[in-house]
Amino acid sequence: MSQDFRLESIGLINRDKKLSFKFNGKKYFGYEGDTLASALLANGVHLVGRSFKYHRPRGFFGAGVDEPYAIVQLYRNNETEPNIKATEQELFDGLEAKSVNCWPSVNFDIGAINNFLKIFLPAGFYYKTFMWPKSFWYRIYEPFIRKAAGLGVASTKHDKERYEHKYEYCDLLIAGSGPSGLSSAYAAAKNGAKVILAEDKPRFGGSLLTSDVNIGNQSGKDWAEGIIAELKTMPNVVVKNRSQIFGYYDHNMLVMSEKVSDHLPKTKKYHPNKRLWYIRAKEVLISSGSIERPIVFGNNDTPGVMLSSAAKEYLKVYGVLVGKNPLIFTNNDSGYETAIEFQKHGVQPVILDSRKNPDSEIIDEAKSLGIDIKNSYVVVAAQGYKKVKSADVASISDDKKQLGKIENIKCDCICVSGFWTPSIHLASQSGNKTKFKEEIDAFVPGISKQQETTLGAANGVFSLEETLQTSFAKGRELSKKITDNDNEVSIPNVVEKKSSKHDKFWCVPLPAGKNYKRFLDFQNDVAVSDIEIALREGYRSIEHVKRYTTLGMATDQGKTSNLNGLQLVSEIENKVVPAVGHTTFRPPYTPISIGAIVGREVGKHSKPTRKSPMHAWHEKNNAVFVDAGVWLRPRYYKRGNENLFEGSKREAKNVRTNVGVCDVTTLGKIDIKGPDAAELLNRVYTNAWLKLPVGKARYGVMLREDGIVMDDGTTTRISENHYHMTTTTAQAANVLSHLEYYLQLVWPELNVNVVSTTEQWAGAAIAGPKSRDVLQKLFPNLDVSNEGLPFMGYMEGDLFGVKARIFRISFSGELAYEVNVESDNGNFMWEKIMEVGEDFKIQPYGTEALSTLRIEMGHVAGSELDGRTIPYDNSLEGLVSKKKDFIGKRSLQRSAFTAEDRQKIVGVVPLDKKTSIPEGSHLVKDDKAPLPNPKLGHISASCWSVEYDNPFSLAILKDGKNMIGEKLFAMSPLKNKVIPVEIVSSHYVDPKGERVRS
Amino acid sequence: MLYINCPHCGMRPQIEFSYGGDASVKRPELNKEISDQEWDDFVYNRKSLRGKHLELWQHISGCRQWIKVERDTATHEIFNTFKADEEVA
Ligand SMILES: [Zn+2]
Repeated sequence: MSQDFRLESIGLINRDKKLSFKFNGKKYFGYEGDTLASALLANGVHLVGRSFKYHRPRGFFGAGVDEPYAIVQLYRNNETEPNIKATEQELFDGLEAKSVNCWPSVNFDIGAINNFLKIFLPAGFYYKTFMWPKSFWYRIYEPFIRKAAGLGVASTKHDKERYEHKYEYCDLLIAGSGPSGLSSAYAAAKNGAKVILAEDKPRFGGSLLTSDVNIGNQSGKDWAEGIIAELKTMPNVVVKNRSQIFGYYDHNMLVMSEKVSDHLPKTKKYHPNKRLWYIRAKEVLISSGSIERPIVFGNNDTPGVMLSSAAKEYLKVYGVLVGKNPLIFTNNDSGYETAIEFQKHGVQPVILDSRKNPDSEIIDEAKSLGIDIKNSYVVVAAQGYKKVKSADVASISDDKKQLGKIENIKCDCICVSGFWTPSIHLASQSGNKTKFKEEIDAFVPGISKQQETTLGAANGVFSLEETLQTSFAKGRELSKKITDNDNEVSIPNVVEKKSSKHDKFWCVPLPAGKNYKRFLDFQNDVAVSDIEIALREGYRSIEHVKRYTTLGMATDQGKTSNLNGLQLVSEIENKVVPAVGHTTFRPPYTPISIGAIVGREVGKHSKPTRKSPMHAWHEKNNAVFVDAGVWLRPRYYKRGNENLFEGSKREAKNVRTNVGVCDVTTLGKIDIKGPDAAELLNRVYTNAWLKLPVGKARYGVMLREDGIVMDDGTTTRISENHYHMTTTTAQAANVLSHLEYYLQLVWPELNVNVVSTTEQWAGAAIAGPKSRDVLQKLFPNLDVSNEGLPFMGYMEGDLFGVKARIFRISFSGELAYEVNVESDNGNFMWEKIMEVGEDFKIQPYGTEALSTLRIEMGHVAGSELDGRTIPYDNSLEGLVSKKKDFIGKRSLQRSAFTAEDRQKIVGVVPLDKKTSIPEGSHLVKDDKAPLPNPKLGHISASCWSVEYDNPFSLAILKDGKNMIGEKLFAMSPLKNKVIPVEIVSSHYVDPKGERVRS
Repeated sequence: MLYINCPHCGMRPQIEFSYGGDASVKRPELNKEISDQEWDDFVYNRKSLRGKHLELWQHISGCRQWIKVERDTATHEIFNTFKADEEVA
């Protein structure tokens, strides 16, 4: 198909590069430099989608970020992305896109029936109708809404694209490369400031690309190109196109999304799709320009009705005519500029101006070109369903209340200009309290909250000359403050046509007997009548009106609808606009890909992975790994076809009968030094620490101030003023912060230093009746007998030339030792242990066997120390000193903590000795009791006891101390299980603890 | 994201810090007899202030020092920062 609406003589596109693309399955051609929107318009395609609520046909309204409807589903490199604005998507060869919001097709849409039923879909329809009956929601309403409405469809595949994050600092961050952005950037750059200039479009220059002005004896566009070229050569300047600053956050941090690859058929190798910049700027200059405002009239959403500035941009940037028989409807001079461009390129427009007799240079030019101008005239309604075919027009009275006789004018597009709305979003996000500027009927930034300044059209300044002057001055002034340089830049002379005042007119009254839909919010289908209903029903606050009608709540954040909505409310309420108030803008300015926000933190990169020095050995020996916090730990070492249950059982059994070795490197380790180290431990742990001799370890429990157990572990006195503390893997970081808190803030008088040494030491636990034999072979010169190295003893040794620390401590309940060497020697140590252990049938064991061993011994771990239990609950009350004070002690007097029937740890065995009890099951007295069945306790950990060869669990049970021997039921509704159980002691194996001392 | 002036390291982004709550809370002295009410006030009861708030932050991914930050809880404005042992006027 030929590009019937493309002009040969104009545009910034590359006509040497023809690109083919498909829209709704049909093939078209465009040029490099086109957007999908401009290429479709060049081919005469105006119908792009269906509206959200009524499924009315929709076309293009804008030419950029303000576009409310031309949203498509994009297909690129075998992937699909929803909700892409056709006005922003650059064309590439092979691009494929489809309409959204239509089913089965854009030309025949079943949902359009909503359009004929629109009387039933007024404001608040969803709130009112779908409320009742409740059971209808899931079965009927939701599926219906999902099928008939909604925007695009997200891909369910893993996103193969790569997204990067970048942190940057600069002196001046400038948002927007129009006249004010370029001037201020240039002045600041000349003063040596570090400048970042960001432009969301592919081309720099903003309004200079389309306006008919001269700067320094060249066209605005050429001047912009010259400035950009010079800025690009300066080492202190970064200029970025395709980069949208979408969020202004605290302390002058802004976030920008750079589209690195969206304009290409495929992302280049090693390139990201998008790059998210976190920029901390000393000063921010907001030069984001303004967005043209629509005028509201009947059927103003018909394809072919668009902003006059968009029509001009399609013409001047892309060489595309949005129509060959255009009608311009304006209340200010901007419509004339568009008309003049049409006229200059051989198309005769008709101008309807709501003003009575406006007079300006621009209007004079239009007149001299012979353009047909009708004053005090308005468009009453667009006619045509899938495309504008004609317009009903009429004269309007001076008070704008009465319409004259309605006439019909043939036209194929209606270009609307209702004056300009400054883009104050970033300023508003920064906390700037914006103010209403009467002369332009719009809000502009007020007093700055952060280091931000708004310039040019974004600040409501529409004169180019004034914009350049203030922007050069501001760039110079702000950069001087930072760099102390003050280089004068001569401000070029400006030639621009003077314009006359706009008309305070924004909504055409309905003619008698007609009830045309007059849309305010094009994306959410909010019409004038919806606002009227909301006000009639008693909504007053603009925030409530907004939520009830969904005005301005679509993905375009009301860029083209906010002010008209406010004008309407103010008119009905008979209040001035600033009294109605306006909503605060929040980031993001425009929708941002979730992928860009997530960045590289996906899959295994979502958290760091820590591996012990013995990791390679574990891998070689068929370890099956499990995540333990950020660590990877062997869960079990698979032999043949063993599953987890079989493997861990074998490993645990071997510990009980022979000897096993477990990698305990992940345990938190904290080195504590100083003359007051013992005093610190004495305050941190619940038990006494002042008399621990050198060369001895002690088990300790630490509480939070609220009396809840925070962590447990052993601490060893290495020398007089030197202790080695171990923590659980999970709590390592918290315990260090906890100690630092007390040392720095609460007891700064204590002379102690603490430092994490978790990564400095590799640890191996050697456990089982034959562990002493293994240890003796590792350290043949040491006396490791029960007398030489008793339970909770410590010594240092030489492990085949490597310095080692030996602790006689046990988690498994067996005779056990823990050997630590410097991390670099970890693998050497491990291999030596395996080598000398061979004679004693040593086997490595993983976390699953480790759990089994500790559970059947009744040793508590994270599942019991779950942030809800006190020492008593874990049968650790023997470790709570009555004599000294410690962190959290006072809380233990709370009445709930001292209650007679306080919960306590117990053992649980199924009566059938066969059925494993799911962790998390609740213990109840009567399995048939009506729900909610009173809960007596819960199963905290379960294992298969290798000692007794039957299931065994630990539970935290109400009045646990008096429940031994009771029969209860363990209920797990999740697993649909009810298991009769008996309560036993938590110390299921070796209750007297003889083995560890043997 | 806040930009916090660590008195030891200078201006650093918020991600390097962790929050530590109200800095005006004083832990009761050890071994001192105190009422339930006093203890409850220390452990649980906090004013949820709107406005200027003196709070603790720890520079966990930096110098690991606990610092005091005077911040407006509504606007996030930071007025001043102090070392742990510095007296706040
Ligand atoms: Zn610091």
